[in-house]
Amino acid sequence: MESFLLQAFIYLVAAVIAVPLANRFGLGSVLGYLIAGVIIGPVLGLVEDTETLQTYAEFGVVMMLFLIGLELEPRALWGMRVRLLGLGGVQIVATTVLIMAAAMVFGLYWSVALAVGLVFSLSSTAIVLQTLGEKGLIQTDGGRASFSVLLAQDIAVIPMLALVPLLAAPELMNANWGGGISDIRFTAGGGGSILDGQPGWIVTLVLLASVAVIVLGGHYLTRPMFRYLALAKLPEIFTAAALLMVIGIALLMTLVGLSPALGTFLAGVVLANSEYRHELEADVEPFKGLLLGLFFITVGAGINFAVLFADLFLIVGLTVGMMLIKGLVLFSLAKAFKVRGAAGWLFTLGMAQAGEFGFVLLSFTTQNDVIPVPLGQTLLLMVTLSMLLTPGLFIFYERVIARQIDTDLGQEDEIDAAGPVIIAGLGRFGQIVNRMLLSNGHKTVVLDYRNDVISGLRNFGVRAYFGDPSRPDLLLAAGIREAKVLVVAVDDREKAVQMVDYVTREHPHVHVVARAYDRQHVYQLYAAGARDIVREMFDSSVRAGRYSMLALGHHPFEAERATRRYVKEDRHDLARLARLWDPEVSMTENEPYVNLAREINQRINEAMMQAQLPDNSGAERAWTPPPKGGRVRDTKDTAAE
Amino acid sequence: MAGIENKLLILFAHPSQGRSEVNVQMAHVAEWVPGVTLVDLYAEYPTFDIDINAEQARLDDHDTLIFLHPLYWYSTPAILKEWQDLVLEYGYAYGTDGIALRGKTFFSAVTTGGPEEAYRADGYNHYTLRQLLAPLEQTANLCGMTWLPPFVLHGARHAKETGVIQSHLDDWEYLLEALVHGRLDLAALEGLDTLNPALKNQMQEA
Repeated sequence: MESFLLQAFIYLVAAVIAVPLANRFGLGSVLGYLIAGVIIGPVLGLVEDTETLQTYAEFGVVMMLFLIGLELEPRALWGMRVRLLGLGGVQIVATTVLIMAAAMVFGLYWSVALAVGLVFSLSSTAIVLQTLGEKGLIQTDGGRASFSVLLAQDIAVIPMLALVPLLAAPELMNANWGGGISDIRFTAGGGGSILDGQPGWIVTLVLLASVAVIVLGGHYLTRPMFRYLALAKLPEIFTAAALLMVIGIALLMTLVGLSPALGTFLAGVVLANSEYRHELEADVEPFKGLLLGLFFITVGAGINFAVLFADLFLIVGLTVGMMLIKGLVLFSLAKAFKVRGAAGWLFTLGMAQAGEFGFVLLSFTTQNDVIPVPLGQTLLLMVTLSMLLTPGLFIFYERVIARQIDTDLGQEDEIDAAGPVIIAGLGRFGQIVNRMLLSNGHKTVVLDYRNDVISGLRNFGVRAYFGDPSRPDLLLAAGIREAKVLVVAVDDREKAVQMVDYVTREHPHVHVVARAYDRQHVYQLYAAGARDIVREMFDSSVRAGRYSMLALGHHPFEAERATRRYVKEDRHDLARLARLWDPEVSMTENEPYVNLAREINQRINEAMMQAQLPDNSGAERAWTPPPKGGRVRDTKDTAAE
Repeated sequence: MAGIENKLLILFAHPSQGRSEVNVQMAHVAEWVPGVTLVDLYAEYPTFDIDINAEQARLDDHDTLIFLHPLYWYSTPAILKEWQDLVLEYGYAYGTDGIALRGKTFFSAVTTGGPEEAYRADGYNHYTLRQLLAPLEQTANLCGMTWLPPFVLHGARHAKETGVIQSHLDDWEYLLEALVHGRLDLAALEGLDTLNPALKNQMQEA
């Protein structure tokens, strides 16, 4: 227990110190984690047994794919099919073949060379997507191309794992062929599969059934389950359920020998249309972040300095060569698939490393005696080094290429998500705002914690999501980073103030429109940073006042003007009072506030007295004719009058 | 409603009716003349949100259009300008197929604060009222309407004190009734500076 706590302490200290520093210098969190790992591992020797930890940490990748799936609606996935197969497929085959050829030049036997090619054909989903997400590049053309290829690679891992044992014993291939290809393919999957030694048709059936469980379960079971959980009103149960789902799917996939990452990705896609999408994102995101961070640390910590320094130049040279080959393939593909300008460079530089699936494949190949252990160690170092170099390439892209090319091409790499509006709270107030924005062609994301409201609105095609909108993580999941406007329309006054405070502080680019309960609440919201504050009863009361004036015989235009004047003065006064109000001082002790309030009261009283004077008292300036007997021209400079 | 030959549409515009001494009374008179539709534009559209379809339907339903308003900076009050800008659409009032107003009659019933002498070449306003209303006259031309000279009360700022309001209201009522029943010789009026003197003559003949 003590050693566990100590290890956790070391990892967390390293992360807490290194990551903010790396971010501060614009290096990105991934490089921060990697450096932290290098320092606590090979440099200081504080941690051991990083490999066991790494297998746990790899679960972060599984969670990341779940989250990516959540972002990707089935229709969007279908729309990517050309790029998945074309861009992704060609990248894998071409890279494998070229690296295999290079390896054979170095004198490796062809089967070993092929295994090496396969290992290096895969890029790092963890690093690339984490970095792209951090830099807001996922929605750019280059980001999307990278994503397609990464997804294709994640899918390709499965047949690769099937291929590896065949390479180990080429002479046995023919003998095994008769037993059905599926035998070999899926028993190769993980070793722990329950399908070991089953005939092919059973394997196929079970696999299809598992996928069906995920798709149908995700579609039909999650909604009633989450609705039931929502009744409990315990946020941690929601988190538990979200984790349960991800872990359950991963378990099922491992049992049948499929990739857990792929299974959770599928579940994510199925749930992408669900109203619980943002809540799930918010729940899983922190775990994913921590586990991925841990994963990167273990990569850094796992560098074997002894092996590295024994052949430093050879290993570094090989790594650079490998990345050059990968980059060459990626760059040609970018040209062929018309990923132009800066996007093409992002794709080339960002994806030129080997990845975490390379680790998996490597340990699998060494287990299967395809690749001898010493060579395996060298290759492992190459994978690690290439991952270490990647953040540097991203920085190079950002600082040098993106700047140059973007000034040339202007339009390239634009973020296309048109900053939507987030409406928090969907009572009578939020609904009207939502309807108005929708009918004027704006995209809205609606958040509320009441299940019945959400499901009711979804029936009308509104993009409504379940969750407590005052939670920052839910706002993040709903896209507060890209949002232009946040409408705070929650009933709970305290939560409204908290939200305004958080958003104006952390996301100052978002324009906040806040609904206030009363004057006191206006002051609080103002102090929290909101500037567009709407008293929920004000406008309706003013309208009632205007109707009353009409009923009393006032001319409609006069009533209209009186209304406008009242609104203007009242809002002006309120804004002045809000500026003086101080949450630390009670209102009665706040002297400037009290003075202004008195002054305003006095003015209102005077206005009331004046209103009883006749209309032509001259108190009103609009459309006032010259006074009777007054001259319309100054006679000093005219003789004509 | 026997005898109604012309239906009149009066668009009345006065933004501060509590202070009006002549126009509001003219509006009240007009309201009671059969065959006249009186629209208080500021009352109907206090936010200037003019309903184009409703206004065009109203035009279609009448033969003569009258603007009733005080003269503000040698022109109409703002809402009447807004009304023109929105309602007199291309394809409706002018341009290809824009023949909805063709053959209708159009004039202004105006009060001016200044005296009649001011609305002369040698007066401080330098132009006659009819000259100043040239934009409306040309609007009538473009829309194929017959433009009549304005019916005017000069010196309205002192009308209450000089006691000319009642006779102006009588003339106004006579004008409206004569128009409704087609008793005016419009062709004889077209070249005049204002309708007022001709009206006096025709009243005496009648």
